[in-house]
Amino acid sequence: MTFSPELEARFADLLTHYPPGRQRGALVPMLMYAQDEVGAVTPDLMEELAKRLGITVLQVDEVVGYYSMLHKKPQGKYHVQICTNVACMLLGGAEIYEHACHKLGVGHKQTQASGKFSLEEVECIGACSWAPAIQVNYDFHHEMTIGKLDQLLEGLQ
Amino acid sequence: MKLYNPPSPLETKVISKRFGVPNSWRLDTYLATGGFEAFKKAMEMTPDQIIDEVKASSLRGRGGAGFPTGLKWSFVPRNTDAPRYIVVNGDESEPGTCKDRLLIEHDPFQMIEGILIAARVVGATCGWVYIRGEYRYLIDHLDSVLKEAYSRGYLGKNIAGTGFDFDLYSQTGAGAYECGEESALLESLEGKRGVPRIRPPFPAVSGAFQSPTVLNNVETFSSVPEIIRNGGKWYADLGTPKNGGTRMVCLAGHVNKPGVYEVPLGMNMNYFLNEIGGGMRGGKKMKALIPGGSSCPILRADECDIPMDYDSMAKAGTMLGSGGMMVMDEDTDMVKVALRIMRFYKHESCGWCIPCREGTTWLQKMLARIVDGNGAMRDVDMVGELAKNMLGRTFCPLGDAAAMPTISIVEKFRPEFEAYVARNPFASSELVQVG
Amino acid sequence: MSNTVKLTINDTAVEAPAGTLLIDAAKLAGIEIPAFCYYEGMALQAACRMCLVEIEKAPKLMAACVVPVAEGMVVRTESPAVVKARKTTLEFLLTNHPLDCPVCDKGGECELQDMVFKYGAGESRFTEVKQHVPEKQWSPVVFYDGPRCILCYRCVRVCGEGMGVGALGIVNRGVAAEIAPSHGDHLECDECGACIDICPVGALTSGAYRYKTRPWEMEHVGTICTHCSNGCKTTLGVRNNEIVRGNNRDRSGLNGEFLCVKGRYAFDFNHHPDRLQTPLLRVNGKLEEVSWSRALQVIVEKFKAGGKTGVIGSTRIANEEAFLLQKFARTVLKTNNIDHHRSGDVVTLLDSLSGKSATLGTSDDCYNAKAVLIVGADLSQQQPFLANQIRANYRHHKAGVYVATPGAVREDKIARGAVRTGEDWLSGVESLRDKLKGESELLVLFGDSVKGEGVRKLVAFGESLGIPVKYICLVDYANSRGAMDMGLLPDLGPGYHAVEGAAGLTLPQMMAAADLDLLWVVGANPLARHKLASDKAFVVVQDLFLTETAQRADVVLPAASAYEKNGTVTNVCGQVQRLKKAVETVGAKSDLAIIGLIARGMGVNLGKVDADAVFADIQKSVRGYNVPLPVIVTGGAAQTMPVNGRVPATVLPELIQSSRDTLFTTGTLTRYSKILNEVLEAPGGLYR
Repeated sequence: MTFSPELEARFADLLTHYPPGRQRGALVPMLMYAQDEVGAVTPDLMEELAKRLGITVLQVDEVVGYYSMLHKKPQGKYHVQICTNVACMLLGGAEIYEHACHKLGVGHKQTQASGKFSLEEVECIGACSWAPAIQVNYDFHHEMTIGKLDQLLEGLQ
Repeated sequence: MKLYNPPSPLETKVISKRFGVPNSWRLDTYLATGGFEAFKKAMEMTPDQIIDEVKASSLRGRGGAGFPTGLKWSFVPRNTDAPRYIVVNGDESEPGTCKDRLLIEHDPFQMIEGILIAARVVGATCGWVYIRGEYRYLIDHLDSVLKEAYSRGYLGKNIAGTGFDFDLYSQTGAGAYECGEESALLESLEGKRGVPRIRPPFPAVSGAFQSPTVLNNVETFSSVPEIIRNGGKWYADLGTPKNGGTRMVCLAGHVNKPGVYEVPLGMNMNYFLNEIGGGMRGGKKMKALIPGGSSCPILRADECDIPMDYDSMAKAGTMLGSGGMMVMDEDTDMVKVALRIMRFYKHESCGWCIPCREGTTWLQKMLARIVDGNGAMRDVDMVGELAKNMLGRTFCPLGDAAAMPTISIVEKFRPEFEAYVARNPFASSELVQVG
Repeated sequence: MSNTVKLTINDTAVEAPAGTLLIDAAKLAGIEIPAFCYYEGMALQAACRMCLVEIEKAPKLMAACVVPVAEGMVVRTESPAVVKARKTTLEFLLTNHPLDCPVCDKGGECELQDMVFKYGAGESRFTEVKQHVPEKQWSPVVFYDGPRCILCYRCVRVCGEGMGVGALGIVNRGVAAEIAPSHGDHLECDECGACIDICPVGALTSGAYRYKTRPWEMEHVGTICTHCSNGCKTTLGVRNNEIVRGNNRDRSGLNGEFLCVKGRYAFDFNHHPDRLQTPLLRVNGKLEEVSWSRALQVIVEKFKAGGKTGVIGSTRIANEEAFLLQKFARTVLKTNNIDHHRSGDVVTLLDSLSGKSATLGTSDDCYNAKAVLIVGADLSQQQPFLANQIRANYRHHKAGVYVATPGAVREDKIARGAVRTGEDWLSGVESLRDKLKGESELLVLFGDSVKGEGVRKLVAFGESLGIPVKYICLVDYANSRGAMDMGLLPDLGPGYHAVEGAAGLTLPQMMAAADLDLLWVVGANPLARHKLASDKAFVVVQDLFLTETAQRADVVLPAASAYEKNGTVTNVCGQVQRLKKAVETVGAKSDLAIIGLIARGMGVNLGKVDADAVFADIQKSVRGYNVPLPVIVTGGAAQTMPVNGRVPATVLPELIQSSRDTLFTTGTLTRYSKILNEVLEAPGGLYR
């Protein structure tokens, strides 16, 4: 499996971050950065990282299944993550999520057939004082309203 | 970097004083405002002197547990051949908490200086800043800051000409609340599932890669430079006895001016809510408040006339936690709050131990059933009882974190649960709808 | 003792060595603290929370499995708080457990069932929908039922730490967490089934045993596995004269609960439809079924007629049978032409050790030696129990493991030094000299590439290290060692005494002798690798199956398997253990009985022909076998003390050759084991 030169460079650098023989420490970052490039944690990717870190595919799989940001299936071009945890819920996060479901025509962890949008109801994303908050891919959008969400999504059309 | 909320004139700005200053995250800005003076001073001090100063400041861990920082550092063995490490907990995943990202965004060098001082104390050679995966922008930001620090000689070999060497890296998480627990974070750092470790040994003795490790929250490290610069006593005097200094409080919910504010420990909570938080939104009355992240027992409005410090909060039966304060007005449905909190802990339970894995699942299902109108009277008692059956019996504090708010909500807002149940025609009978 | 700690458990004064875990200290004092995840010898988990106890001054209940005893500690294991915690933990556990006990294989011997019976609540308060996922089959022998799983991680640990395989892991999080196999949807592993046995509930079930019976309907017969030379105790579950299960959960025997795929599953050859049940006689060139008396009559006639005779014994028959066979050959047939398939040069090792301080190693030594050197053997494949002992030694005692092998082996991962050797294994071993010299003692295990002069060189190398050294000469089969000890050799009689008269023919020589008149093969299959030169030879074969040799035979007698007879066998380390009859196959007779019948037919008195009587004879006449009978009779392993002195061997050790079986093969028997043939890895391979 091949990666872009930028990602290879990042991997090379990452592997210097850990004590000798403990390069497995790079697993979670490698999975995250590779997922961004590959689009998902594919079986090939798991095998490749297992090989590079000298661990078994099962050991990679154990880690992949543990972290909620790692996903084995590709998500939409825009992955819309709406927080409905307490701080956001108090200020309408749940309603915004409901609205997004109707607007995008997909539910929790579903992707539009076109592959453009996917939706996820997420747990606290650490923007509580500026709730309700959402993330589209890695970008935060604070103090959301249904109107602002419509505007945002339409801007991405 | 823009500020997400305007500051309040009533704040005591110690670690947030550079917030809003143009280019506050750049090294030159930092150096121009006293940056690295503390580190240079620390290099002239002995490790024990530094620890004494931190002890004198009565700085306590800002991640949630509130363990005295100086004491924690003193546990790290220094006369050992093993390498020693620094790990910064920037996982910030306790619901209600959003302060560490600001400290890294606006004043990353302050944290780096704190890290270097800790490294000086224990003779650490290397460290990692573990940041939750959702904060990718922040990791990228920190990476560019680290690059500047390396290129300017504030990381790497012979830091600032002191002869001290230290390497610092960012490390991304990938979406797991549990990795905010220090030993689970270390597992994640080692490329494993974020399942907590059996303790003892504590990280001070066997932490990152089984070596002695200083592990503190971002805010804790960020507080250190000012303590060393101005002295522990100066810092302690900002707060109340045994509760030194200031801390970042993340105000959220039904208040007029939600935001992250730095206030001295011991400030009256009602004063904070009204004067800094601008009082309740829409003229509503306050019903309740979660004082320090969703794992803290809830306070009724009438219980909020207390000083915000570790000991007073403990006396009130709750915690200062990680500083995530969520305020709820009179219209808030407390049963739904209880359900939402339990849903979170069920989602984040790592599954390692039985009481947490099964307890959170059971409670979530039961609370959902009550909210759906299928609850029975006995369920109300059982919610509290099951939460108590988890409390203190799980492998790590996540079980307690799920149990504590639940127990307090049922105790303090029982009529709301009963009202839900009353809507169920079968509620009074022994028959329970299953499904 | 200064490092003894005094504490109080339930108002009883208890003493335990410092560092003892509370759960073990309580056990020593006869107090049970229940646990699922705690497992002696495995990594601590503190996950099941069943062992929570009250410790004075502790702010909350503590897990007894991770708390070491401390001086003056006051512990309560039955206080109301503890009892309640257990009850509620069990209540939590049962919420997602399917409670399908009536159809669960584990029902009746399920730890969860026992625990709920003892500590649980009588009624269930859980009224929600249970978490469900369908059952999965991971291999022909391993099935996983996720909902039943209580996530104690015993299977993950026994596979990773115990077997050194690491084929099981944990995937997903929270209530969705479950055990997963090495290759996505299936297992590629040793197929040893240790995960199934160690499972406290019915989450992991055995493809061989599923839905066959209830545990209480079986008779449990502890006997010795008939496959490799390690001599593991396997407890056979027998119902209606059929073996339905093999395990060793009672940890009796030298192997504790260790068993490999053969010990646990490969008993199924015993019930193979091809088992011989009637004597066969060659009539007009074809083998025809005849009565026992007719077959014996023909044999007796031929034996009486005499001529140039060869006798080939087995590496799987009992000591008593081997002993009686050589006695018959030497005293009745008057020949030293007796041999067996030799797979290790024990003879030269014994001779090399003559007069030296070094001694023979045991399976216990594999677990206790400070350092271990493996020469020319893929131990995990060929000697699975000894390999397991060494892994445990590394895990528990940080033993120094050294490897000198022609290819990669599992032990590489735990080795302090590993070298790849070609034919010249000695220079490989030499390259480890400096490291080995730094050890305080050494146990050397060597395979069949070390023989003859090689053995002497290896022993000289060991002597030159200046540290105490013990040796284990690796051999192939369940009674390979016994066959030698009992004198199934052309030049050596029982106990390695020189034979009277000239040495007889070796096995290859017999096969090559064109003038051979009579060949008697007891439980062996020499024609699988040799040609029988003599066309005129009258061949008598005793076997379970119609092997290549049996097909050439003139008379074939159906023999009983090791699981169908009493007697003793001697393992690779010289430990004698007892075979116990578990089942019988109609029509087959034990080799001992057959030899007795032939003797009677010939009018020869060999003494009383039953296993106990012959063993008494062995005890008296075979050097090293004067072992305490009670040890063996009670199912223990008695260490034989073989000759310490020169062994007057005359036969070249160069004929020694191991079959190089893997975990999934054991000579002829393998072909008849459905399970061994079904597993993906079979026949596997060495050094990879």
